[in-house]
Amino acid sequence: MSKFEFYGEGLAGVNLEELTGTLIVIEGTDGVGRSTQINLLRPWLERNGHAVLDTGMTRSALVGKGLKRAKEGNTLGSITLSLFYATDFADRLEKQMIPALRAGFVVLTDRYIYSLIARAIVRGADPKWIKSVYGVALKPDAIFYLRVTLEDLIPRVLNSTGFNYWESGMDMRLGEDLYDSFIRYQTKLITQFDAMSQEYGFQVIDATRSIDQVFNTLSRRIERLLSKEEAGSLPRLATA
Amino acid sequence: MPMKMYGQHRFPGKLFVVEGIDGSGKSTQLSLLQQWLESEGYSVFFSAWNSSPLVKDTTSRGKKKRMLSPTTFSLIHSTDFADRIEREIIPPLKAGAVVLADRYIYTAFARDAVRGVSPKWVRELYRFAVKPTIAFYFRVPLKVALGRILWGRADLKFYEAGMDLALSEDIEESFEIFQGRIIEKYEEMIKEFGLTVIDATRSIEEQQAEVRTLVARKLDGLRKVRIGR
Repeated sequence: MSKFEFYGEGLAGVNLEELTGTLIVIEGTDGVGRSTQINLLRPWLERNGHAVLDTGMTRSALVGKGLKRAKEGNTLGSITLSLFYATDFADRLEKQMIPALRAGFVVLTDRYIYSLIARAIVRGADPKWIKSVYGVALKPDAIFYLRVTLEDLIPRVLNSTGFNYWESGMDMRLGEDLYDSFIRYQTKLITQFDAMSQEYGFQVIDATRSIDQVFNTLSRRIERLLSKEEAGSLPRLATA
Repeated sequence: MPMKMYGQHRFPGKLFVVEGIDGSGKSTQLSLLQQWLESEGYSVFFSAWNSSPLVKDTTSRGKKKRMLSPTTFSLIHSTDFADRIEREIIPPLKAGAVVLADRYIYTAFARDAVRGVSPKWVRELYRFAVKPTIAFYFRVPLKVALGRILWGRADLKFYEAGMDLALSEDIEESFEIFQGRIIEKYEEMIKEFGLTVIDATRSIEEQQAEVRTLVARKLDGLRKVRIGR
């Protein structure tokens, strides 16, 4: 029996029974500290003897660069943008995540399909359509949604890179300037995330707390998940 | 603005597309149609498969380095198509022009299905496409098409020949098997999408006359927007 299943139609040529690793998703809007947590989780997992692959958006060998270049221009339409991201996702799923899961790794992914679905819907995509596109995705073992309110987000952005064009949704001209647009865009994104929380079974993590507190919550839950999986596989090994 | 799906768009312009395997003569027919429409005074726009300036570098790199799986092959072509729909196809249709497309979503449906991608998934993927005014399918037996190509060009490419499917070690044989399977998929789609079948074994002139007659019937009330003379 396979541990994994696809959300929808799935990928051609993948035998799910071969996938023995663990797929863990860290989700959340821009600036909530996802990459900070992944940078702490990875060495922690490795110290505990788990092999880890971490991946994140636009890191595919196929479209990573092309997508970044396309975003520099001013002609990228919203459907095109969504599908460019979907191509990047599928390439990473097939070339990075699935091989790692086959080899028994813990896969830590900085965002998954949920950010991409939220962004597409905010840009006017038909929800049924974009969810069907991501029917190629595997259902993860755990989805941790790092949640902050908009009020918490603003100082975080000010303290890091400042407001940028895409994170402010300026392609949609939601406001007069980057700040106004950022507020409207991120509010819409948070609304989409909250709506998906139930549908996809997110574990909501309060990310307004300190880095250490968030890490403690995450590591405790991941530890529990991994020990449950080991408990599930050990008896079978014993009888083999 | 909610996203419009296949069959839901209402534009004053007209969209004519040609489909068929390599060597069916569809591009020749489309180019003759374009010249005629322009000489009649219509404003004509042309969009070719796999030609988006934003996407095609990624696609050609993926093909050259053989990085594409059936799924990413499908997705990168849909990205290219989306860019052309958003920039080359919808705006002229809104403006009341004629848009001609050399290959359309049916090419993707046929090729991707042959590659083992779920037909249901790929149809949903392209649901943002505008339904063509007429979709011509140039039907030709495999042997005839192969004869036309083999004197036309000799350098078959890896994905074009379906070499990723490991159908045969020999590239020409692989191409033949692959094209044969694509014909089967086109035949299945005639009814599903109401493709207009053109017998592409006839002379170029006969085919073009039929195409022009069918197109002319759809041009009633379309403004001739060209200025000049």
